Amino acid sequence: MIEGRRGQWEAVIGLEVHAQVISKAKLFSGAATDFGAEPNTQVSPVDAAFPGMLPVINRHCVEQVLKTGLGLAAEINLHSVFERKNYFYPDLPAGYQISQYQQPVVGHGRVNLDMPDGTTREIGITRLHLEQDAGKSLHDKHPSLTYVDLNRAGVALMEIVSEPDLRSAEEAGIYLRKLRSILRYLGTCDGNMEEGSLRCDCNVSVRRLGEPLGTRCEIKNVNSIRYVMQAIEYEARRQIEIIEEGGRVEQQTRLFDAARGITRPMRSKEEAHDYRYFPDPDLLPLVLDPDWVKRLRAELPELPDAKKARLVSEYGLSADDADVLVAEKEIALFFERVAQGRSAKVAANWIMGELFGALNRLGIGIEQSPVSAQQLGALIDLIADGTISGRLAKDVFAEMVASAADPAAIVEAKGLRQVTDSSAIEAAIDTVLAVQAEKVAEYRAGRDKLYGFFVGQIMRATQGKAEPTLVNLLLKKKLAG
Amino acid sequence: MSDGSLLALNLAEARDGLARKVFSARELAAAYNDAVAEAKPLNAYITPTPERALAMADAADQRLAHGDGLPLDGIPVAVKDLFCTKDILTTAGSHILDGFHPSYESTVTDKLWRAGAVMLGKANLDEFAMGSSSATSWYGPVENPWRRLGDNRPLVPGGSSGGSAAAVAARAALAAIGTDTGGSIRQPASFCGIVGLKPTYGRCSRWGVVAFASSLDHPGPMGRTVLDVAIMLGVMAGHDVKDSTSALVPVPDFAAALSGDVRRLRIGIPKEYRVDGMSGEIEALWQQGAEWLRAAGAEPVEISLPMTKYALATYYIIAPAEASSNLARYDGVRFGLRVDGDSLDEMYELTRAAGFGAEVRRRVLIGTYVLSAGYYDAYYLKAQRVRTLIARDFTEAFERVDCILTPTAPSAAFIIGENTDDPIAMYLNDVFTVPANLAGLPAISVPAGLSGDGLPLGLQITGRAFDEETVLRVAQILENAALVRHRPSFIAGGGG
Repeated sequence: MIEGRRGQWEAVIGLEVHAQVISKAKLFSGAATDFGAEPNTQVSPVDAAFPGMLPVINRHCVEQVLKTGLGLAAEINLHSVFERKNYFYPDLPAGYQISQYQQPVVGHGRVNLDMPDGTTREIGITRLHLEQDAGKSLHDKHPSLTYVDLNRAGVALMEIVSEPDLRSAEEAGIYLRKLRSILRYLGTCDGNMEEGSLRCDCNVSVRRLGEPLGTRCEIKNVNSIRYVMQAIEYEARRQIEIIEEGGRVEQQTRLFDAARGITRPMRSKEEAHDYRYFPDPDLLPLVLDPDWVKRLRAELPELPDAKKARLVSEYGLSADDADVLVAEKEIALFFERVAQGRSAKVAANWIMGELFGALNRLGIGIEQSPVSAQQLGALIDLIADGTISGRLAKDVFAEMVASAADPAAIVEAKGLRQVTDSSAIEAAIDTVLAVQAEKVAEYRAGRDKLYGFFVGQIMRATQGKAEPTLVNLLLKKKLAG
Repeated sequence: MSDGSLLALNLAEARDGLARKVFSARELAAAYNDAVAEAKPLNAYITPTPERALAMADAADQRLAHGDGLPLDGIPVAVKDLFCTKDILTTAGSHILDGFHPSYESTVTDKLWRAGAVMLGKANLDEFAMGSSSATSWYGPVENPWRRLGDNRPLVPGGSSGGSAAAVAARAALAAIGTDTGGSIRQPASFCGIVGLKPTYGRCSRWGVVAFASSLDHPGPMGRTVLDVAIMLGVMAGHDVKDSTSALVPVPDFAAALSGDVRRLRIGIPKEYRVDGMSGEIEALWQQGAEWLRAAGAEPVEISLPMTKYALATYYIIAPAEASSNLARYDGVRFGLRVDGDSLDEMYELTRAAGFGAEVRRRVLIGTYVLSAGYYDAYYLKAQRVRTLIARDFTEAFERVDCILTPTAPSAAFIIGENTDDPIAMYLNDVFTVPANLAGLPAISVPAGLSGDGLPLGLQITGRAFDEETVLRVAQILENAALVRHRPSFIAGGGG
């Protein structure tokens, strides 16, 4: 809901996500797809559209798109067609992009969003299809010439089109994060927006509550979740202002200017293309073996929704904790390794608290964590069996992050083992009570609050190593007596 | 042997002579190199490759000397300049491919060279294979080696594989390869008095062949005899993983299929092929062909292919549509001609205006139009539906007959410059050949007689998909019965 100057408005948003398929080779040629290679070093004559070159579909890319479709609970079309989308541009060597248009390989599906208020929203997927990426035009390398890098030309993309089911920038952000999470679980797209593996076109319109859909604008090629949210926010407000001032929204293709945080119309020559789609006569229709699809369905990994449900039911985690832990496959895996045979709640708290804090400070992901799941588990075990106290454990953890050493080794090396010898603790208590004779007298006279003071002094005297339960037991006895 | 008598041999005879060491591959190649030079006035070749021919012949001689000769060892062939040949200028007859030397070899030519064939050069053609006269080439028109009786005006060889056909007819190549999108092998074969076969779609790989209309382009062989063409096809055919439309079917021994036995074969005579304006002598030749086959024990049967009348219109929507997209890559950015302009769009416009000839521009415009928003359904989609119906006509016909006999073209070769003002008249040349392209069926043109003014006329046999064997077998009956003894006015080597 957006508050306009005259009443309440609702944004209606649909997203077209272009996700680069994880594949060693391109969609229709054997050329490599490594990111960051020297310009024009990963280009075959097919990618450069030399005369007489023909496309041959890469089976692995089809498998990846099928997995994605299945992961989005979508219909798989056993018969689909590649078409040519015709337009001239120097980074489009053939003068057409091979894409799917009338008959995509994947039909209707859905994504469930976990909203911050604890509810769930289902967002429809309209379709998903396979297409080639274009190359890259570099306009800033020479004062009057444009350079063209064809390394990306022909790389496989999945275009994932959502229904116009999203209602706010925030929802769009949650949708993109969820989609990215699913793709990463499936291993079909690395979701790396900085490298351009995930790009997004946003269709935005606004309407007063309960009214029919407004005219939409498409914001092209936004390349981070934050930008998507900013672009939608800006665009919705822009449209509301136009309408509230008595104007009409013009259907347009717009660009997001990240530096200024605004959207603006694209250059006019980019507008109103007639792409002259027609079936690519160099490729036969894509006909899928139903058994192949069945097998892929059976081999599908556990996805975030299912994993979350299982973490709640099997480990007794709260929905909120489970949400955090399933956001990335690697985190969930880490959690399950730590929780194996231990308190799930304790494991979750350590991961979401100390571990996430450390990873954030280091600016790294859980895959690069200096503390392994096995080591964190060992640390939790040391607390559970009384070798160290919970408070000291945090120091041990900090040392583990710094040195990547095993917790037991750190405890030994630093002499942090908890003192459970009652005579040693008794001696420490005696010393403290002797030094603090005055306070002992006050306590015995009724100042109960001093009890905590004595515990603190005893822990200080033992460098925190005294086993707390034992301290309590013995201290109470001494004070009483 | 004299050059003249070497050049008089057909492929099968030359192969035997080489195997028996009557002459060497080098001698044969040298004779043909001379013939190519002698035939220069025909303009059949854009790029002769005499040094390469000799080098390949020497390699063939070495193998032949060791007794491990390959199927086409030492056989000199012309290659339509639509096939990409590694490091050799490949033009498609177009200015826009100026200086283009491919870094790869087309699958079909690669198969020829691996079978020991010798490359004489790149044969002239209509620009991007668009035409029926071989007169639209940037490199100038090809002349037919034949002349009308008592008339020395140069004639077209047909097109678009006109350079290949003229070279074979003039004995400036022992055999040739061409491509056939709407009749581009069969019509020039008919005009030049040679044999030309368009195989089934998918039989020969299109990889490395400059595309005109991908769903209609068929590489195929051209030669002096049906047997020669059968031998060539055996080498050219086969599945290619690099061409998604190539067929995974076994390649039979086509030459072995030429048994001479056509008894009890049913030969369809489609009544719809009696088109307006077809000359009486072609009609008569057609009937003669049916009689020859009846005499050989086959049974001519009248059939109906009711959709035939829509074939040409259908073709001239689908072919330009695909061409308009296939030719978008000639944009001046990566290879070939570039004419600089003040903006990107201007560079595109100047390059393509200078690089493409009138016929290519016409077809790109037609194709762009029929695919445009608002016209797609009325033209392209409708044409695709009619194409399906045309194919169904054939499927139904082949339930009753084993192959279909028709003329190849509605006329004999015409004078260079005729028909150029009227594209529709030019397009009518394809009226009998286009249906087999739309249906992807094998079809052959075989010389069957001469027109009243002494020009060769072909008859066409169309067969079931992947049944080139029946097509070739029936064609050979016609070839033997017709015994066309006339020879072109121009023959390299003096016709010894």
